Amino acid sequence: VPEQRLVGNTAAPGFVEGRVSVLERTRGAGRRAGSKAEEWRMLLDAVDRALTETRTRAGQAGADAADMFAFQLAMLADEALVGPALDAVAAGATAPDAWQSHLDAEAAAYARTGDAVLTARTADLADIRDRVLAHLVPWSATELPLPGAVIAATDLPLSRFLDIDWSDGGAVVLTCGSPASHVAMLARARGVPMVVGVGAPLAEFAGRMALVDATAGEVVIDPSDATVARFVARRRDAAEARASAADFRGRLAMTADGTRIAVAVNVGSVAELERLDPAVCDGIGLVRTEFLFRDATDLSDEQGQFAAYRRILDWSCGRPVVVRTLDVGGDKPIPGVTPSGESNPFLGLRGLRLSLRSLPLFRTQLRALARAAAHGDLRILLPMVTVPAEFDAARDLLDAVVGELKSESVPARRPALGMMVEVPAAAITIHRFAAEFLSIGSNDLVQYITAAGRDIGAVAELADPLNPAVLSLIGSVARHGRRTGCDVSLCGDAAADPRCIEALLMSGVRSLSVAPEALGAVKMAIAAVRVA
Amino acid sequence: VMDERSPEVVLAHAPLVNVLGLHARASLKLTQLARDLGASVEIALSADGPWVDARSPSRLMRIGARRGAVLHIRASGSDAEVAVDAVLALVRDGFGEWPTAGAVSGA
Repeated sequence: VPEQRLVGNTAAPGFVEGRVSVLERTRGAGRRAGSKAEEWRMLLDAVDRALTETRTRAGQAGADAADMFAFQLAMLADEALVGPALDAVAAGATAPDAWQSHLDAEAAAYARTGDAVLTARTADLADIRDRVLAHLVPWSATELPLPGAVIAATDLPLSRFLDIDWSDGGAVVLTCGSPASHVAMLARARGVPMVVGVGAPLAEFAGRMALVDATAGEVVIDPSDATVARFVARRRDAAEARASAADFRGRLAMTADGTRIAVAVNVGSVAELERLDPAVCDGIGLVRTEFLFRDATDLSDEQGQFAAYRRILDWSCGRPVVVRTLDVGGDKPIPGVTPSGESNPFLGLRGLRLSLRSLPLFRTQLRALARAAAHGDLRILLPMVTVPAEFDAARDLLDAVVGELKSESVPARRPALGMMVEVPAAAITIHRFAAEFLSIGSNDLVQYITAAGRDIGAVAELADPLNPAVLSLIGSVARHGRRTGCDVSLCGDAAADPRCIEALLMSGVRSLSVAPEALGAVKMAIAAVRVA
Repeated sequence: VMDERSPEVVLAHAPLVNVLGLHARASLKLTQLARDLGASVEIALSADGPWVDARSPSRLMRIGARRGAVLHIRASGSDAEVAVDAVLALVRDGFGEWPTAGAVSGA
């Protein structure tokens, strides 16, 4: 049998090898409908019993799942949810048909919104639907999956997930599903590898061998010996790397000869921080504020921005938080704000260049930032600064905005104002800028110095952060920082690449900002370097 | 923003600031609050409605309010003003969905 490869999305990472156990339930036949009044009574009873059952389950489940059951309980107790199904019964439908079609219609309405979070809640509706249906129609018998099996299903309701004994391992592969579903959250919390959205129906794979590389979102059915060998090697490497990196994650970053290196995190949304302990990093080196505008209809929502910045400051518990002003354009367009049809967007109207031409938008962001700065160690970072006049214009605007807030008696503070060093013109003559701190943006700096885009496969190799021209320029910016007492940090993929760490530290960089997942590996790489 | 039309009906609106919008957990908090209040509270995404009962989680979910959406609040009854204030406070607090400084392991 030739092997078959399925690709989906990672809902919970990990590697599992096991037999596929298909988890689909079908409704049994042989139910005889009662009178209208009987059906009505039966539906009410079924909902009632499902409520009791859910309450019991919520009590037995761990704290992580109890919360999710609370939602199901509230929905089952909601007259607005149950009422229309009862009405359908009163109009002549059988109890199970009425309940199923009403719940399915409800789920379809969630999916129609196109909202990922709401769509993910359809799995909860299916769970509620099935729990009530089970009291109306017996399910056909299903075998319990063997311990360690690869559970395959269209979607997996929360309660089915909890029915399964995961103590011997096992994984989940779903045709549909979403990484944002409750069951995916639980799988992550409990370390059960899960791949969702593989698209293909899975019933035909029952009983066959499967390799699940949930970290890559890949499933191989009937793998060849060569594929198994590669899988085993990948699993071992991942386990080793994780174990050693995990050792380092919570420690302070220190070189082999005892030089302390600051390692902060880059974040792209407030939600990312929920699972991150601030104690494992030296603050936030880069908050990308594009998330505020990604789906916002209201770009001028000062209060919403202020609230988001405050939440990030609350999380940091006094650690510095560097917030970059809107950095769109280039590869990150926002309809209606960024220009369209530029022949070379990376050399076009982006970053600070754009902000200075969208003053009302920029002013709103600076106001929200200055207000948030009254509540913690917030600093403002300007992207794509090319000439000193741009920096000065932004600084004057910030000073004006702070003055304005003071005159309105709105609590505010003038935060430190720094700049990204990513345009070679700025990097080469960095002494001309009045920046109060510097952050080297290695991704853009590398592509502008080497004149090679990382997103263009044929030249990607040229876009090398270890190119001596790049390292020499980074070194001169770091020296400038030491001479003038101006903090210099480096964010960008090079900071998170263990192969680049030694070169960066040797160039004089002493502060890095990386994706939270990379903290352990970066600190481990730092510990292997001698800088003296 | 308060806008009193008559002594019995109080209107207000505020943007949703929590990241996930009015989703499962936030809906529950709102329904629980609405049940505890003396007044009848309704929610809409527009000043013209359609208005849904804030005590119904399924109806709140159906309006699908995302972050940044403006939530309109309408309360009627003797404690309408108190009710609107309480709901506004919950919305502005982002439904308490952020660990407070005290809850995060410090350093």
